[in-house]
Amino acid sequence: MPSTLTLTSVSRHFGETRAVDSVSLSIEPGQFVGVIGRSGAGKSTLLRLINRLVDPSSGTISFEGRDITALKGKALREWRQDCAMIFQQFNLVERLDVLTNVLIGRIADHGFLSSMAMHFSDEERAMAIQALDRFGLVPQALQRAGTLSGGQQQRVAIAKALVQNPKIMLADEPIASLDPMNATLVMDGLNLINKNDGITVLVNLHTLDTARAYCDRIIAMRDGQIFFDGTAAELTDVVVRDIYGIAGLEGFNEAVTSTQKFAVSA
Amino acid sequence: MSAITKFAAPPQDIPEFETEFAAARSKSRRTWLIGSALFIVLFFFSTWLTDFFKITQVSMPDGSREWRWIIPAGIPRLGEYIAKTIPVLRWDTLDADMAEWFWRWKTWMKLLLETVLIAFMATSLGVVGGFILSFPAAGNLTPNKTVYWITRRYLELARTVPELVWALIFVFCFSVGPLAGVLAIGLHATGALGKLYSEVNENIDMRPLDGIKAAGGTWFDRIRYGVVPQVLPNIISYTLLRFEINVRASSIIGYVGAGGLGQEFRTAMSFQEYTDLSALFVIIFVTVVIIDYGSEKLRHRVIGLGVKS
Repeated sequence: MPSTLTLTSVSRHFGETRAVDSVSLSIEPGQFVGVIGRSGAGKSTLLRLINRLVDPSSGTISFEGRDITALKGKALREWRQDCAMIFQQFNLVERLDVLTNVLIGRIADHGFLSSMAMHFSDEERAMAIQALDRFGLVPQALQRAGTLSGGQQQRVAIAKALVQNPKIMLADEPIASLDPMNATLVMDGLNLINKNDGITVLVNLHTLDTARAYCDRIIAMRDGQIFFDGTAAELTDVVVRDIYGIAGLEGFNEAVTSTQKFAVSA
Repeated sequence: MSAITKFAAPPQDIPEFETEFAAARSKSRRTWLIGSALFIVLFFFSTWLTDFFKITQVSMPDGSREWRWIIPAGIPRLGEYIAKTIPVLRWDTLDADMAEWFWRWKTWMKLLLETVLIAFMATSLGVVGGFILSFPAAGNLTPNKTVYWITRRYLELARTVPELVWALIFVFCFSVGPLAGVLAIGLHATGALGKLYSEVNENIDMRPLDGIKAAGGTWFDRIRYGVVPQVLPNIISYTLLRFEINVRASSIIGYVGAGGLGQEFRTAMSFQEYTDLSALFVIIFVTVVIIDYGSEKLRHRVIGLGVKS
């Protein structure tokens, strides 16, 4: 399959700890993949490896037959533009207005001078406004990003990711800092760009029912390795106990940790 | 009640806590004792080195010699010096007295303008140099260790050498005049501002930079979009503060021939024109107060901008 994202025994060590330990994985275009696992299982590092915010200690990542791990300079920046990323803490520039934050998504196409002058074309601005319009954020376009609520900021971050015209969207715990209502809005937003725009989505989640509700495929990590890879239906209680190492916790209930009250009850 | 009994520590934990607590307390007491002893030793050593408690012989009003502590003995002489610089001002001849006090006002005003312009020009140079160097000199932003080391050492060299020493060197290179003053204060300001700016840079939130990197931004993009908006209010504030400091520096730098009012201090001192000194002091004092006030207003507006939505 040409446009498959493939990881071949990718490892990343931080000192003694193996954050990601020889992970092999291939993700088909258009999939909505959820990555679950306890804190420190290597979920974040896995995502950061894919867009090269972190370099692998060994192994290779390839996309459309291209070796991603070997990219440098401009080619690397173009790859990062191709696989947009959103973060748990939104990572917007709070003191810049919302529109400029979205336009940062276009930055890889800019030369030094136009970037330093913060000069963007009318087409780019139109693109940014259209992206904001999809999430109902046009009225906030000229406000400082820091004045928006967490849920709004995360949707700005998705709009910024969208103007990158990405092929893959990486989302690192996108709803962990949000209330159930906003979490639902953000997950629905990701679902929308997956279904409408055909963008592959790879999302780290810490709530199981969110993963079950949205993901075609669920990957569970434990101690840096892939522990489970399958559909939501295959993710039985026994598997879940092993993923989270909660054998002793008899009364485990997914609903207790849920942030998806709206989605589940709907 | 049941909740309390449920969470009560097991009995063996309490004596354990008691011993640990006693150990922690005696350790903190020991640290305090050693610290205080060190301070006292250092304090008395430096008072001895600087003659702070020196007992010296002074002449009394009746002509006798007495042993006195040097500080109360010397303070009256400060009054004597200041008294010498105070001009005679009488109400009925105030115009003439003021005219005599500020007799060189035309020269002084010209030199005052020169002083402020030296400070302005030097601050501009310092801001450009300090701003550019503050990014490689910030531990969290620097592209690599070599660049970091070089910029840090350069900034240190620029600011540890006082303006007056730079001025002496530049007067030798570029001859007497304001250019030497501009370069001397500008270089020192580069070092001082670069250090302050880089510390501001080190205190920023790094998460937006990840967001820009993840979108394909270069190092320069991360600085421009992620760092500059965060640090701008602080940079403007430090710049205005530096301008105030530079006005004070440029008003004495003329003492070594590098332009501005300072040269008049030297002339007045060597010709023992004591009232000129007080006139110059008044001029500089008023100027500095006005500039401090103006820049403080500006600074507050800049900071206020940060608070406003």
